[in-house]
Amino acid sequence: MTLWQWLSAALILFGATLALTAAIAIVRFPDTLTRMHAATKPQVVGLILVLAGAAIELYGHGNVWALVLVGLFTLLTAPVVAHLIGRTAYREQRHRDGLLTVNELGNEID
Amino acid sequence: MTVVAIVAGVMLTAAAVLTSYRILAGPSTLDRVVGIDSLMAIAASGLAVWAAYSQDTTLLPAIIALALVGFLGSAAVSRFRVRDDQ
Repeated sequence: MTLWQWLSAALILFGATLALTAAIAIVRFPDTLTRMHAATKPQVVGLILVLAGAAIELYGHGNVWALVLVGLFTLLTAPVVAHLIGRTAYREQRHRDGLLTVNELGNEID
Repeated sequence: MTVVAIVAGVMLTAAAVLTSYRILAGPSTLDRVVGIDSLMAIAASGLAVWAAYSQDTTLLPAIIALALVGFLGSAAVSRFRVRDDQ
């Protein structure tokens, strides 16, 4: 295998490992906010690593730009979904008591 | 590359099964939204691994569609869903 194939293999395997760890965290974490954290951060990094590995493997085909597009789009959209879920979870009091050391929003919410 | 695709496929399948547990168990709809969002990312990863293994670029539009629809679905459900009964 060439150097590029080794790099592609490493990226894909590491990305899949991150996806697996994110799934384990989604099962094991105790409440919605912590699960949202796991679903957003390692999952998105794992997906981008897999896309990078696939782009290296498919280099030379004309439309590999689509993988770059998916990666950029994922980077932009995942925080939006996480924010929406976190905001809704907070407003419905789905976090553990004492979890927030400083709750700056606590008195402002109507 | 075959071994890499198999190992990555097994890991992604295990991740999908674990995420499916969270989708089934809940307990709240927000947890299910988290699970669905995660499952979409795992599906996109699986498609990318298959595209890399088979050298087939006709899968790329499917990955784009999956990313777009996954985002729209998760954002819409989070924003517009009815509050859970306590």
